Amino acid sequence: MELSGAEIVVRCLQEEGVEHVFGYPGGAVLYLYDELFKQDKVKHILVRHEQGAVHAADGYARSTDKVGVALVTSGPGVTNAVTGIATAYMDSIPLVVIAGQVPTYAIGEDAFQECDTVGITRPCVKHNFLVKDVKDIALTIKKAFYIAATGRPGPVVVDIPKDITAPTQKAEFEYPQSITMRSYNPVVKGHSGQIKKAAQILLAAKRPMVYAGGGVIQGRAASELTEFVRLLGFPCTNTLMGLGGYPATDQQFVGMLGMHGTYEANMAMQHCDVLLAVGARFDDRVIGNPKHFFQEPRTIIHIDIDPSSIAKRVKADVPIVGDVREVLRDLIEKLKAAKVKPDTKALNQWWAQIEQWRGRNCLKYDRASKLIKPQHVVEALYEVTKGNAFVTSDVGQHQMWAAQYYKFDRPRRWINSGGLGTMGFGLPAAMGVCLAHPGADVACVTGEGSIQMCIQELSTCKQYHFPIKIVNLNNRYLGMVRQWQQVDYSSRYSESYMDALPDFVKLAESYGHVGMYIENPVDVEPALREAFKLKDRLVFMDFITDQTENVWPMVKAGKGLSEMLLGSEDL
Amino acid sequence: MRHIISILLENEAGALSRVAGLFSARGYNIESLTVAPTEDPSMSRMTIVTSGSDDIIEQITKQLNKLIDVVKVIDLSEGEHIERELMLVKVRVTSKDRAEMKRIADIFYGRIIDVTDKDYTIELTGTGAKLDAFLSAIDRSMILETVRTGASGVGRGDRILRI
Repeated sequence: MELSGAEIVVRCLQEEGVEHVFGYPGGAVLYLYDELFKQDKVKHILVRHEQGAVHAADGYARSTDKVGVALVTSGPGVTNAVTGIATAYMDSIPLVVIAGQVPTYAIGEDAFQECDTVGITRPCVKHNFLVKDVKDIALTIKKAFYIAATGRPGPVVVDIPKDITAPTQKAEFEYPQSITMRSYNPVVKGHSGQIKKAAQILLAAKRPMVYAGGGVIQGRAASELTEFVRLLGFPCTNTLMGLGGYPATDQQFVGMLGMHGTYEANMAMQHCDVLLAVGARFDDRVIGNPKHFFQEPRTIIHIDIDPSSIAKRVKADVPIVGDVREVLRDLIEKLKAAKVKPDTKALNQWWAQIEQWRGRNCLKYDRASKLIKPQHVVEALYEVTKGNAFVTSDVGQHQMWAAQYYKFDRPRRWINSGGLGTMGFGLPAAMGVCLAHPGADVACVTGEGSIQMCIQELSTCKQYHFPIKIVNLNNRYLGMVRQWQQVDYSSRYSESYMDALPDFVKLAESYGHVGMYIENPVDVEPALREAFKLKDRLVFMDFITDQTENVWPMVKAGKGLSEMLLGSEDL
Repeated sequence: MRHIISILLENEAGALSRVAGLFSARGYNIESLTVAPTEDPSMSRMTIVTSGSDDIIEQITKQLNKLIDVVKVIDLSEGEHIERELMLVKVRVTSKDRAEMKRIADIFYGRIIDVTDKDYTIELTGTGAKLDAFLSAIDRSMILETVRTGASGVGRGDRILRI
C-alpha cells in the first residue's frame, strides 16, 4: 500500500514497538502530528521545551533498556534539543530524535525556522540522517534504531523535510525486518586469547581491583559483573555512571571512585597491582592526574565495546574489545574451569588494607547539626524508599551526595548526566522514568540552581500526572561552584549565590502540585514519608540545607587520585 | 611522525564533513586530504596525511573506524606503500626563460600542459618532496600559481584496501 511520508514515520514507530514519544509540535512536523492524532498506538507526551523532550526520552531509555524517542520541529526545535542530544551522546544512551526540516526545495535558502540540523548535531550524535526522498524514510528509520541500540549505544537524529511528509508524495511501505550495513558491524565476542590471558593475570593478582562503569549498565551486564566479582572475591568500585552495576550494599563494594569517590575506592585504585576496567573509560573525573596515576605500576585489563575507549587516556596491557556481558560470561567460564585459584593469602592481606582505608569513614558528616545536612536528606530518602526508588539527579553537589549516600543495588535506578554534566536534566528525565515505570517511586534529587533550568516541565508533570518526588537541596548557592571557589579561588564567591529565589512551595502549588518547606533536621524523614504516601501527586520538597556543606572526599583538579581532601580540615 | 591514512567510506552526502569534523573536534592535524569516488560509485576513497605520536595515530584510526559511514581504514605508512601527488604550477616565462624552464620541467618529468604568450602551466606528479624540490629549483618570482592535490597513496603488492 502506498503511504505518505508522515504515515510511514508513524508506522515505523509502531513497527519498532515505540509506545511513547516525547515532543513538541511546530510548522515542519505538522503532517507528522496529524498522523499521530489519527492513531493511538504511539502516545505522545507534550513537553514544555524541546530540551525536556530529549531528557525525558533519555530517562525513559536509561531506566528501561529501550530506545527513547523524541520528536521536534525544525530550527529552534532542533537547537533546543541539542543539549539533550549531547547529554545522551556523552553517556552512550540510545535515542532516536526525529526532527522536522523545511521543505527540500527551501533547504539552503535561510527559510523560516531553518537550520542545518545534520551539521549542528554531527559532533554530538552517533549518526544522523537527512532524508530527501519519501521512499527512503522506512529504511532510514530502521537504520536509526539499529545504530542507536547496538554496539556502543548513542543518539541518532533523523531530519525529515516537511514536503516529503505531505500527502502529495507517497511511497510503498514495507518495514525492513532486519538490516545489515557494510560500514557498521559492532563486535560482540571478545578475543578468546585475550580473555584467557586476562583470566591468568586475574588469578595471579595479589592486589586486584575491579573498576566498572556505565558500560555495565548499558551492556546489561550487572548480574554477570556481580557473579564475576563474587567468584573471585575481589573489591569492586563503580563510576558515577556505573552505580547499580554492582550492589552497593555488598561488602565487596568499596563505593564510587573518582573526584568525589570514597577514600577506600581511590586508594585501592591507586595501589592495586591488577586493575580490571569494565565498560569504563578512565576519564578525567575518575583517575585524576594521569601522571600521578601512572606512578604506581599495575597491569591493566580493559574490556570495552568501543575500541576507541581503550588506550585513549590509559594504556591497557590486555585490551579486550567486545560486548561486556559476552566477555564477562566467557571470562567467568574460563575462571571456573581454571585449576589455579585466587591467592587467598594475598587477597586477605589486601582486604585488610582496604578495611583499614574503609575505617577512615570518609563519608562521615555532622549528624548533630542544627541545620539540615544534605547527606542526611539523601540517607533519609534511601531509608524511606527502602532503596527501591528510581533516583534522577541534576548536576552539582546534590548529584554527588545522591551518588555517595543512596545505595543502588540494581542497575538503571540511578539516572544522571555524568559525561556532559547537564543541569536541568533531572526533572524531565524523571518524567521519562515515571512513564516507563508506572507506580514506581521516582525521586529527583536536585538543587535550587539546577531545578530552575527545566522548571517549566512541572507543567508537563501536571498534565500527565507524573508523581515525581522532587528533593530540592536548597543551599542558596550554586553549591559545587561555591565549593570550588572556596577551595581554589580563595573563597571569592563570584556569581555563585542564587539571589531572588522563588518560593518553591508556591511555585509548585501554582502548577497544581504539592509543595513542602522543610528547615529542621527532625522534619526531614517525616516530610519524605508524607510525600511518598501521596502516591499520585508530584511533591516538591524544598529542603533548606546548610549553606557551607561541601562534598568530601575531593580530588582537586590536577591532583592525583590518592591526594584526597577528606574535609574542611584538609584545606 | 607523518602518517598516510587511507579510508574507504560510503559515498554519502556529508561523509567528508564527518571525517573533517572528527579531526577538528579532537584536535588532530590534517596536512592534506584528498577524496573521490572509486570504481564502485557507492564508495569513496580518501587519503589523509596527518602527523602525531603513535598513540594519537592509533586514536585517529579508531575514531575514524567509529564513524558509521567509514567502511575500512588503514595506515599506509605502517608498511610498504607508494604515494603520489599531482601539482599544477603556472609560471611566468618570458622568451629568454622558456627553454630553461622546459629543461627543468623535463628533469623533474614534468609536462607543460598549457602555454600562452606569457606563461607555462606545468603538470608534475611525485612524492611531496619531489614537488617541493621542483619549486625550489625554479626562480620563486616566476611562480604565478601553485595547485597541489595532496598525497594519494596505495599499499604495495598484496596490501589491498577494498571490501
